[in-house]
Amino acid sequence: MDFGLSEDQLLLEDTVRKFLAEQVPIERVRELRERDCPYDPEVWAALAELGVAGILVPEAQGGSGLALLDAALVAESLARAATPAPFLATAIMAPVALKAVGGGDAEAWMSAIAGGELVVGVAATELFSVREDAGVRLSGGKLAGKAMMALDAHGAGLLLVAVDPTTLAAVKTDAPGVAIERLKTLDATRCTAEVVFDGAAPEVVFEGAGEAIRRMLEAGRIALAADTLGCCESMVEQAVAYSKERKQFERVIGSFQAVKHMCSEMIAEVEPARSLLWYSAHSFDAMPDEAPLMACHALAHLSEIGREIASVSTQVHGGIGWTDEQNLHFWFKRIATARHLLGGPEFLRNRAAELQGFAPAA
Amino acid sequence: MDLEIDARYDAFRKEVQGFLAEHRPAGPGGGKEERVAWLTKLIEHGYWARTIPEAYGGFGAEPDLLETVIMDEEFNKVGVPRGMMAQGPSMLVPTLLAHGTEEQKQRYIAPTMRSEIMWCQGYSEPGSGSDLASLQTAAREDGDDFLINGQKIWTSSADISQMCFILVRTEPDAKKHDGISYVLLPMDTPGIEVQSLRTMSGSIGENSFNQVFFTDVRVPRSNVVGQRGEGWKIANTTLKHERSALNANAEGTWIRLARLMEKETVGGVSLMKSPVYRDRLMRLQARALSMKHHGMRMLTANLKGESPGVAGLIVKLQNCQLNFDMAALAIDVMGELGALYDHTKYERGHGYWQAHSIFSLGLIIGGGTAQIQKNIIAERGLGMPREPKPAKA
Ligand SMILES: Cc1cc2nc3c(=O)[nH]c(=O)nc-3n(C[C@H](O)[C@H](O)[C@H](O)COP(=O)(O)OP(=O)(O)OC[C@H]3O[C@@H](n4cnc5c(N)ncnc54)[C@H](O)[C@@H]3O)c2cc1C
Repeated sequence: MDFGLSEDQLLLEDTVRKFLAEQVPIERVRELRERDCPYDPEVWAALAELGVAGILVPEAQGGSGLALLDAALVAESLARAATPAPFLATAIMAPVALKAVGGGDAEAWMSAIAGGELVVGVAATELFSVREDAGVRLSGGKLAGKAMMALDAHGAGLLLVAVDPTTLAAVKTDAPGVAIERLKTLDATRCTAEVVFDGAAPEVVFEGAGEAIRRMLEAGRIALAADTLGCCESMVEQAVAYSKERKQFERVIGSFQAVKHMCSEMIAEVEPARSLLWYSAHSFDAMPDEAPLMACHALAHLSEIGREIASVSTQVHGGIGWTDEQNLHFWFKRIATARHLLGGPEFLRNRAAELQGFAPAA
Repeated sequence: MDLEIDARYDAFRKEVQGFLAEHRPAGPGGGKEERVAWLTKLIEHGYWARTIPEAYGGFGAEPDLLETVIMDEEFNKVGVPRGMMAQGPSMLVPTLLAHGTEEQKQRYIAPTMRSEIMWCQGYSEPGSGSDLASLQTAAREDGDDFLINGQKIWTSSADISQMCFILVRTEPDAKKHDGISYVLLPMDTPGIEVQSLRTMSGSIGENSFNQVFFTDVRVPRSNVVGQRGEGWKIANTTLKHERSALNANAEGTWIRLARLMEKETVGGVSLMKSPVYRDRLMRLQARALSMKHHGMRMLTANLKGESPGVAGLIVKLQNCQLNFDMAALAIDVMGELGALYDHTKYERGHGYWQAHSIFSLGLIIGGGTAQIQKNIIAERGLGMPREPKPAKA
């Protein structure tokens, strides 16, 4: 019995963090945000070589075959560095779904993911939130309709489309009848898109894929929660560091009790949230019955504390915190955007209530 | 991360369930004899004083995280407290185990765990609360004894305790933190006068709050724990235990809250059907689960002898506020009836939640206020600079 990280996990975290510090410093992120899609193929290829792209892909398909907790640590590290990368859909959600459905195509795609050759987008928003008449239909073997806020879809080679809660279609992005348009988010390090299908022919349609879709969403929610945790950590660290340097009234502002209490309150939220996240990620592999509930709670809770920490850590910086130059906004915006991607807190808490029989199932 | 529950633990869980099924009706009763009998039975089975050496009246098991978790879960399920939350077991005993003489351990630990001896904590004084190290109650050497003079206040349970662990100034010429000793004092010693204070909880909740006056109270010098003048250091171990003991069972309280929400109705409809209240309940569940798993993380660190760092310093602050917030929702769920008090007709659960609310507020203040916790978190946990001392006039 041991509630904590293993040596291997600490090493993985350390390796990824060192790589990102060297290869994707914040100046590089500033350059990348100007691109049409901020994901840098070179960085992604290098991350693939480190084993990041294939972290959840089975060893038989050239991946590392690790657990979601390991992947969550990577998500957290990527967020700490504000790295733009198609990690969420390509390295987390797609492999979880493809492993669950299985078969030759799925295996081939997983190999390509692990090799860094294939970026996979995931379109699943309409499963839990339909706006702007979005929704994808499958009729006569062809896809029609539109999907909103498809994750990592811009620049992807393959899309996994949740047509309904039990049907998952895999379609190539260059197939006729697929149009992808980036929807810019507040967070310039993330790439979400609208996908319009007009008679596109999927490569494969996985029927009876309810379990695969459910697991894919759970893993995505936990990884996104880890992303927000990484942002929170970084913001608190920056606030504390700044408070030890900046002087007003002839003393460093970190010696003012009001500033101390802001920082204490933030860290007092971060640390238990980390414990919640570790448990949630661990449950995904070790106690899958608990994972649906834990995924909802982890993401909802981190979204809530994230919003507060984003605001307070910026306030600790005063005016400079509000500038583009200070960089703090990269994390502020990453937190603010993550909150909306796989179900907001209110939706997730209602889902948590449903899962426990407290609310009538939708 | 290894939370695997192997067969040995299945068996252990069954054993705990079996025990509870058999003994639950005899759960902690009201009177002292029933309480002692119940705790004695818990110790016999290893559900209380589990890791305290047998030589001192414990069960003598090796610390085991999962066993602790299973016991807490099973006791929670049936709503029976696992042992007794009191200052003796949670603060004095760990201090004696770390700093006590063999004789002190032999004499006090076993009866304290069985609650035959009740302890009160004599720290705060009228002029020394948050700034505890400024305390003035003096112990003057007189032969083999000390003579204690002064006053303590906010002393919980002083009126029903047989013993007091008290901080007194034994070295008046030493610096503030170096002149204090930690002393074990029988409450029936002549010269001690206890005056009870009425608390804001009124008749509900059995909160005993007192002030204690000391006039030439004679206590042997051998009753000092650790070295003379080291009381501050030793008290800090005690406070650390107090704060981790306040890692109260948030999950158990949450379960109780969820049950209340299912049962309470307005217009015949369960409050659990209200999306507004349900959302608050779910938000609290995430916090309660965070603190539960955080507790497991802290326990792991403790068992490995690692310092949990800042992650450990935040526990008291977060748990106390969480408990207060859970009570607040419970009372809101009762609607108009949430205003009822003092065992009035229609009051829910004998006023449990009203008492819990007021008690939680007390815990936010007691054992180091929330503001003091935040100072500690910032200064010791985050390395932020201390407040500059005001220039001497
Ligand atoms: C329910 C309960 C049980 C208790 N049981 C016991 C007991 O058994 N034995 C015992 O010895 N004592 C006990 N106490 C006393 C408790 O430890 C003190 O009340 C507490 O430490 C605060 O001290 P004080 O009351 O003197 O308040 P003060 O220290 O006067 O504090 C008043 C306010 O000022 C703030 N403040 C003070 N200093 C600072 C600072 N440096 N920075 C920021 N804010 C500051 C505090 O946070 C608080 O808000 C108990 C208290 C309660 C409420």
